[in-house]
Amino acid sequence: MKGYVFFEEDRCKGCQLCAPVCAKAVIEMSGRINVRGYHPAEAARPDDCTGCGLCARMCPDTVIRVYREVPAKAGKG
Amino acid sequence: MGQRVLMKGNEALAEAAVRAGCRFFFGYPITPQNEIPEYMSRRLPEVGGTFIQAESELAAINMVYGAAGAGARAMTSSSSPGVSLKQEGISYMAAAELPGVVVNMVRGGPGLGGIQPAQSDYYQATRGGGHGDYRTIVFGPATVQEGVDVMSKAFELADKYRTPVVILGDGMMGQMMEPVSLPEPLELAKLPLKPWATTGAKGRRPNIINSLFLDAEECEKHNLALQAKYDIIQATEQMAEIAFPDSDWFVVAYGTTARICREAIQEARAQGLSVGMVRPITLWPFPVNAFEKVVERAKGFLTVEMSLGQMVDDVRLAVNGRCPVRFFGRTGGMVPSDEEVLAEIEKMVEGRTR
Amino acid sequence: MVDKEFERPKGTEIVYERPKSLTDVVTHYCPGCTHGIAHRLVAEVLDELDARERAVLVAPVGCSVLAYNYFNLDTQQAAHGRAPAVATGIKRVLPDRVVFTYQGDGDLAAIGTAEIVHAAVRGERITVIFINNAIFGMTGGQMAPTTLLGQETTTSPKPTGRLAERAGYPIRVCEMLSQLDGAAYVARGSLSSPQNIAKAKRHIRKAFQAQLEGHGLGIVELLSSCNVGWKMSPVDALKWIDSHMVPVFPLGVFKDWSAAGVEAARLADSGVAAG
Repeated sequence: MKGYVFFEEDRCKGCQLCAPVCAKAVIEMSGRINVRGYHPAEAARPDDCTGCGLCARMCPDTVIRVYREVPAKAGKG
Repeated sequence: MGQRVLMKGNEALAEAAVRAGCRFFFGYPITPQNEIPEYMSRRLPEVGGTFIQAESELAAINMVYGAAGAGARAMTSSSSPGVSLKQEGISYMAAAELPGVVVNMVRGGPGLGGIQPAQSDYYQATRGGGHGDYRTIVFGPATVQEGVDVMSKAFELADKYRTPVVILGDGMMGQMMEPVSLPEPLELAKLPLKPWATTGAKGRRPNIINSLFLDAEECEKHNLALQAKYDIIQATEQMAEIAFPDSDWFVVAYGTTARICREAIQEARAQGLSVGMVRPITLWPFPVNAFEKVVERAKGFLTVEMSLGQMVDDVRLAVNGRCPVRFFGRTGGMVPSDEEVLAEIEKMVEGRTR
Repeated sequence: MVDKEFERPKGTEIVYERPKSLTDVVTHYCPGCTHGIAHRLVAEVLDELDARERAVLVAPVGCSVLAYNYFNLDTQQAAHGRAPAVATGIKRVLPDRVVFTYQGDGDLAAIGTAEIVHAAVRGERITVIFINNAIFGMTGGQMAPTTLLGQETTTSPKPTGRLAERAGYPIRVCEMLSQLDGAAYVARGSLSSPQNIAKAKRHIRKAFQAQLEGHGLGIVELLSSCNVGWKMSPVDALKWIDSHMVPVFPLGVFKDWSAAGVEAARLADSGVAAG
């Protein structure tokens, strides 16, 4: 199952709650500084994302959007 | 006018509120206003309204806040100690610009005080007993009939200016039975629309009812807007009655005390004394215009209150030193007699101090 | 609201996007503050119930006093502790609207105790979201009624922290309210992990259902963090909830009109006070 995760970097306050809950360790705190002066979270290994959504469930600031490929079978339905 | 019935003051005011379109009452037991919540608990269900006996007077005023913010005509009543508990809520309603009516059947204070009539909550009502630069419109009806009349006016002005309105009665008015003509019931459909109410953000931006202004400049701007409203109210909503306007001397009194003074004035005039009365009906805005009509030719004023002197401050401000202003009062629930008032009138006229 | 220029990848379905019942305003809450999670869960439930356009929020005084900037809802901001009374007034005027309060532990369990108790006594059909982070956050970290024994705050300082002899014991709101017949749903959840958050969301949904179906008051207490007040990192603060708060504030359902029989039996077996 291929997932896609997107971070609205400028909303992030660098609280780091999302990183530890990702089962595939996709997320890391980036070296950049965002407009708020925090190191935002980012998808360091986006290809490993399965679209489970745990990171978005932990995020207090709705920084993260998550999508998932529609499985082929269901797609034809 | 509507039917003419013999009614106890508390119940007449309650019925007047229902006829003014009030459908939500939140109260709490405290003598001498108990008949208001009791009456509302029977009457409101009859008209599809809601009565709640809250857990405290403080909770009750906050229920008025919520109901008013949802667009309803809402009311609470209490007596002095209970009204003290409502002051924070009234300040919030003034700041959030919410309409609502608060009846205070004043009793002897301070503290637990007594249960007999008094007027010692004048400062609290007219200066704002809560925090911040705010005012509430305050009525001081003298008879049960006038109480009924000002109740309709109170709801009208509360909606017109989006502000809380206080009706200052007293224990005597609340308990006294008098014949009254009740107004025709207002049709709810005719009540003013309230697009600002929190009814659910359907097809519009959310409505926010709020009194928080963390930014000082915003908070000042909001205060100045409120003050502009109060200036308009002061300019247009003063109400007073002048008896014998061309007299040399004047008694100033409101509410039940004014009725006692009327007796004393009759007796004084029978002795040939040139005495009239200025009777404020709105205590805020204080009726300075009425004083302007008589102050130039007046030789002196005698303010009579069931307190140790609170309205007298406003009389002095209105008279502004143009002639002497005396004070006589009984407090704690003691009611001045017409003989006592007559003696004070005679002292005033003869310029005696004792 | 999703940014305009954002394009969802082709052939994908949405797993998570910001709920419509939230605005896109970035909150003033401290980094890692779980208020943000609680806001999100309430907004998700309101979206799922299609209730945004008939919901009225009553905001408290405390960190979440500015909730009206973050929820895309009609809102009334209530005096400290009085939200349940304000909500009562609103609900009585608008019985078919979805009226809920969002309150912190200072607002609900200190100054506002009488209001929440009597809203439950009356069985008001309102929903209460109660954020228990064991501290007064907005005012800088003072002791709250839910502050744990020994917990250091600016008003329960070192060396003892909250001392029972002087400042009594943490108040357990859910256990207290579950004794009231007017309370239809009383549950305590935690925002300390994705699993707990999922469970908390189910509690929140049920608490709104209690209102929508007219059973009575629905309240969800959410164990939350205040990493700044507790002087911990956001991640450590969530661990502190599990290690320190949960033993004092057990999670679970204390009252549930819908499964009164089954639930009560289960609660009895597990030693948790049944409703």
